[in-house]
Amino acid sequence: MFDLDKWQEIFETIRKNPLRTILTGFSVTWGIFMLVLLLAAGQGLSNGAKFAFGDDAMNSLWIYSDVTSIAHNGMNVGRRIQFEDDDLEFVKERYDAEIDQYTGRYSLWGAQINYAEKYGTHPMRGVHPGHQELEQTKIVTGRYINQMDIDNIRKSALIGKKTLPLFFGEEDPLGKWIRINGVPFQIVGVFQDIENERDEENFYVPITTAQRIFNGGRRIQQIMVTLDETDLQHSLMVQGEMRSDLIQKFGVHPNDERAIFIRNLQEQFQNIQNVLDGIQAFVWLIGIMTIIAGIVGVSNIMVVVVKERTKEIGIRKALGATPRSIVGLIIQESVFITAVAGYIGLVLAVVVVEFIGGNLVGSFFRNPEVDFEIAIYTTVLLVITGALAGLVPARRAAKVQPIEALREE
Amino acid sequence: MIEITDLHKYYYTGNKPLHVLKGIDLHIKEGELVSIMGSSGSGKSTLLNILGMLDGYEEGVYKLDDVLIKDLSEKTAANYRNKFLGFVFQSFNLISYKTALENVAMPLYYQGVKRSKRNKKAMEYLKSVGLEDWADHLPSQLSGGQKQRVAIARSLITEPKVLLADEPTGALDTTTSHEVMDLFKSIHQKGMTVVIVTHENDIAAMTNRVIRLRDGVVENANETVEAI
Ligand SMILES: Nc1ncnc2c1ncn2[C@@H]1O[C@H](COP(=O)(O)OP(=O)(O)O)[C@@H](O)[C@H]1O
Ligand SMILES: [Mg+2]
Repeated sequence: MFDLDKWQEIFETIRKNPLRTILTGFSVTWGIFMLVLLLAAGQGLSNGAKFAFGDDAMNSLWIYSDVTSIAHNGMNVGRRIQFEDDDLEFVKERYDAEIDQYTGRYSLWGAQINYAEKYGTHPMRGVHPGHQELEQTKIVTGRYINQMDIDNIRKSALIGKKTLPLFFGEEDPLGKWIRINGVPFQIVGVFQDIENERDEENFYVPITTAQRIFNGGRRIQQIMVTLDETDLQHSLMVQGEMRSDLIQKFGVHPNDERAIFIRNLQEQFQNIQNVLDGIQAFVWLIGIMTIIAGIVGVSNIMVVVVKERTKEIGIRKALGATPRSIVGLIIQESVFITAVAGYIGLVLAVVVVEFIGGNLVGSFFRNPEVDFEIAIYTTVLLVITGALAGLVPARRAAKVQPIEALREE
Repeated sequence: MIEITDLHKYYYTGNKPLHVLKGIDLHIKEGELVSIMGSSGSGKSTLLNILGMLDGYEEGVYKLDDVLIKDLSEKTAANYRNKFLGFVFQSFNLISYKTALENVAMPLYYQGVKRSKRNKKAMEYLKSVGLEDWADHLPSQLSGGQKQRVAIARSLITEPKVLLADEPTGALDTTTSHEVMDLFKSIHQKGMTVVIVTHENDIAAMTNRVIRLRDGVVENANETVEAI
């Protein structure tokens, strides 16, 4: 039941004992403040690490080739290993059971792009349809490169969302013809890469068209596949087998990491995941220590508060207070102070995270987030702890003969 | 009003209990103004605390207005302390963070009287002890005599049947002591039973009857004392 008179008495006590109020609330405010900042910082580190990894499909293998660095089978160092269409076919067929999506890449780093009066230099990538999943590319309007583009060697192209206004302004690009190195291509879609805006500089075209028009012949610069299974062991096994197959096919020394190299994103992701788990464990360790410090702090202060108020308890009792009303007064006051203190801690932490956290974007720190749920649970925990810590001595002081409480100085 | 027979009280500190009250017999009728005297350590405060239900006792009978005061529930005890008894301490025992007015009003809070009503009544009682201009002062801003008058106003606000005062003038100078005693006398004239513990002859001389304690027993239940 809401007893206005009792609350007036409580507020009066709070107002007239500012030091005690601050001391009681402080450990809670501080605890919640530190905990929320800590969790936000941990989240920021996690987000930073995830961002650094990008949003590429995690279960993928990226196969690169370069020149040999170890002499093998009577062949000299420095021989260029060049993938071609049949190498992609070879990988596709041999690992058909394991592979989900695949793509080759044939790219121009700096292609001259022209539309109407606008000119610019942008990277162009010739790709298979599977590239969309590998790079986690989102379509804003239109469509991605499809198999018909590949089969019919169509002059289709996609433009990035970021690049779009540079060439088209407000104009609808779909169906418009641009020129890439002077060759006309028709825009079939606009794409977006949320986690990696730099990728939006690219123009995507069908790989077959790129090879045909830009002197590619049958060459492929890079092969990328995603696997059906996301298990790391499986992925490492496929990676190993794939590499030995390719090494054999090209007559490369098994240890020649330069000639043929397979990047395993699953493995890299696992490494980052391990770092994240480490951060998480550390944050929790410190967080639990902060909570314990808060519990100890608020319990101590409540014991001290009740001790300090023992004489007052005696006076109130001598004037006709029941133990119940005295304990209620002290505990309600404690609950009110600690709850408000926890709320203040949360608000302060949110302010700090919003105003400082936002400016702290570095390569490994990004978007710190306040975990309200944990903050509220912890506040409730501290409020209850404070109440319980105060309850025992308050009850003892209120139960004894008034004269005993009065003797306390 | 107060009937005590063969009352014993022990303090349990140290290794063996200290026998402080060793069979007190005492009768105080309604409307009396009595003082309890005795040398220091004779058990005056102990007895008065028991009378005021601030402390318990081990053996014997204490009847207040024909009710046996023993093993009462906390609620009943609180009700008696609040409505039936007024207690004035030597050391005042005011709540330090509350103003004179709020201290006086305190017993009415425990009767559930509305704030505005209890403040109004507290102001009347402050006026009756001549402290209406000090209503907003904290105890630390008052002199000893003023604090004691606040405490008396507080003990009277519930219009108790019995007023108990433990050396109420002990911390005061002679003039202030006499002012306080005048207050007690006027209270007594309104029909209240008043019991005052004192070791000062001239204070005791202002009461109708003097009870002398010696080493935990009543030595004389009706002594006459002359003011020096
Ligand atoms: N809380 C206590 N614990 C132990 N002994 C006490 C306590 N209070 C009083 N006494 C002892 O009881 C005896 C009577 O004390 P008290 O009633 O205060 O005497 P008076 O008020 O007559 O001076 C004294 O010997 C005193 O030391
Ligand atoms: Mg005494």
